[in-house]
Amino acid sequence: MIEELSSGNSLIQRLDPRVKIVLVFLFSVVVAVSNRLPVLMWALVLALLIVFTARVPAKELLRRLIPVNMLIVFLWLFLPFTFAGKPLFYMGSLPVTREGVLYATQISIKSNAMMLMLIALVATTPIFTLGHAMHELGIPKKIVHLFFFTFRYIHVMHREYVRLLNSMKIRGFRPKNNLHTYRSFAYMVGMLLVRSFDRAQRVYNAMLCRGYKGNLYSLSKFSLKGRDVISIVLMVAVIIILGVLEWKKTN
Amino acid sequence: MHISEGVLSPAVLIGGAAIAAAGVAAGLKDIDQKEIPSMGILSAAFFVASLIHVPVGPVSVHLILNGLVGLILGWKAFPAILVGTALHALLFQFGGITTLGVNTLNMALPAVICYYLFGWGLKSGSGRSVFIFAAFASGCCAVLISSIMVGFSLYLTGEAFLPAAKLVVAAHLPVMFIEGSLTAACTLFLRKVRPELLEGVYAPK
Repeated sequence: MIEELSSGNSLIQRLDPRVKIVLVFLFSVVVAVSNRLPVLMWALVLALLIVFTARVPAKELLRRLIPVNMLIVFLWLFLPFTFAGKPLFYMGSLPVTREGVLYATQISIKSNAMMLMLIALVATTPIFTLGHAMHELGIPKKIVHLFFFTFRYIHVMHREYVRLLNSMKIRGFRPKNNLHTYRSFAYMVGMLLVRSFDRAQRVYNAMLCRGYKGNLYSLSKFSLKGRDVISIVLMVAVIIILGVLEWKKTN
Repeated sequence: MHISEGVLSPAVLIGGAAIAAAGVAAGLKDIDQKEIPSMGILSAAFFVASLIHVPVGPVSVHLILNGLVGLILGWKAFPAILVGTALHALLFQFGGITTLGVNTLNMALPAVICYYLFGWGLKSGSGRSVFIFAAFASGCCAVLISSIMVGFSLYLTGEAFLPAAKLVVAAHLPVMFIEGSLTAACTLFLRKVRPELLEGVYAPK
């Protein structure tokens, strides 16, 4: 259920994770503030190219993009009708405006371009590596450590949850629309919290025994190589071009 | 209730990120380095709990539980929810980098508000009916405020979003009652089994 996507050995896989985070961040910011359709189209093409280079399996890509596009579909139900502008055609008595359709298209392209870029990032970098890179980039230690522990124990707590769910099923529990179902789920959440609380104390004591003083050490060191510098220069140039295209129109 | 990337306007994104950053900073101040491992494990439990689907009428919804998070963690809900939101983005692409701030704020601020409004009702001395009322109200209001904030984020982006924003709030009305009753039942259970969790191991009462 909760799996990491990261695998394989593509070109992007071997880039310095710090470089990847910074580039994805820059890209996302520029796309988020852009509104011109051609700029967004180019951004989408770029994102598709990078996902392709990252060799994300197509099935996995679709499995991730479909739930994300649910909100976009939801917005498509409203925006063409509610955005003020010239009517394009009429659906019954409701006018569908040109501006509304344009706006909804913009949002769809933006959203998918940014999503593809994020998928390319997580598909080529293990989550723990991302955490270390975030620390190197200056994110406060407490947040990074909280991130590590949360991610590390999601799998453990998920196993705990499956165990509780199985024992409920064995006793004939079937979720329905009644108070009993809700109460059972509430007790299950409560039990999950109790188990996590007890486990936290055991884990912390075990860590103290091993000399934990509030520091986590990484065995791998990041270093910038030639290909990192080249990709930074290339990507920043492309992102700047996107920005300039957007800015020229608004002036 | 995560808002996808590319929907909101830059002003809303920046405003949301700034307020969320202030909230996270306030929460981090309260967290001792020694507490981080247990906070992380508790956040992991909340993350898994938020993946549980419960039936509502013909469909099923996933739990949000930010009211419960607020009652147990107080201000520390901000960093815990920030990490949860970041993992949602990285593992499932629900939300993303630019929406991280807004999404964190929309979930965490209601949690803190409910902690201040109803946290007093969960003290060890309070009567059963006060306790149940406070817990129910907390679960209920947290979801209500969150859905209003999500709607508001959309509305601030453009007036064309108003009908969609209204529908977001309306759709969460049934969820509110389920979250309320779940929070009440869950805290009653915790009061019997592990009262420490409610009495300020993480958040002072």
